[in-house]
Amino acid sequence: MSAPARPESLALLDKFVAALAARGLVTEQEIAERQASTDRASPEIGARMVARAWLDDSYRRLLLTNGAAAAERMGVSMAGAPPLGVLENRPGLHHLVVCTLCSCYPRAVLGYPPHWYKSFEYRARAVREPRAVLAEWGTALPPGTQVRVVDSTADYRWMVLPMRPAGTEGWSEDQLTAIVTRDALVGVALPQLPVAAAAE
Amino acid sequence: MSAAFAPGTRIRVKDDWPERRGPCHIRTPHYLRGREGVIQAVLGEFPNPEDLAFARPAPRRPLYHVLFEQPPVWAEGESGDSLLVEIFEHWLEPATPSQEAA
Repeated sequence: MSAPARPESLALLDKFVAALAARGLVTEQEIAERQASTDRASPEIGARMVARAWLDDSYRRLLLTNGAAAAERMGVSMAGAPPLGVLENRPGLHHLVVCTLCSCYPRAVLGYPPHWYKSFEYRARAVREPRAVLAEWGTALPPGTQVRVVDSTADYRWMVLPMRPAGTEGWSEDQLTAIVTRDALVGVALPQLPVAAAAE
Repeated sequence: MSAAFAPGTRIRVKDDWPERRGPCHIRTPHYLRGREGVIQAVLGEFPNPEDLAFARPAPRRPLYHVLFEQPPVWAEGESGDSLLVEIFEHWLEPATPSQEAA
């Protein structure tokens, strides 16, 4: 038996890359580097940025005014990446990020988007009935909190700076990083204390 | 090209539907066409995606963060909730004074 045929999609990709290279638009090395940096990116980068902002007010100001510079402080290369905007939750205001047009997501600091973020259901509902979506996630906002849905439609990528939960006084950056989940960084969830810590 | 609208300016998204006229690529959500909002921030200038998508020369256009009240858009929702959306300048026009006064 002969070897299985290479999938058509990969053959198409090979031709596409070869055509881009032939025109001098991109090199295979650049593609490999971008692939490697995307594979390295994970929500822990965004979580650490949040933890540092909670501990260091000058870093917090940098994060809110120039997200890309704040990411580079964490060793993330933002060259060629879209600008990063960070929106701060505060008492009375909660941000929820969606991309109704496609799946724009701050990949440089969160990695690949989860499948639900790209689903038609999330994209259609987050912008129309955000409170119902949050309720299904089990995310209960304090009474009197306004919801601000951020539809990521163009050149920026948006991340949420959640509020630091009570009960984390004196925690280290590592401890704080551990409670900031991917979902909290786009606003579908809130940072939660581990059950043991919350019970103390 | 500098930004025509300052933060705080009340604007309207043009009630334009280029997708009905032929092939196009637009980054302005359908649910905001004809809606009024307030400029929240000037985000900078970016090549017009409507040209980029067709490999045409793409002039840089000012991009804004625009804030809209959420309930009027869907005729449902909770008062005070809002939508914050990136919209290019060529999709914006000043809000009509009569509606502003109303």
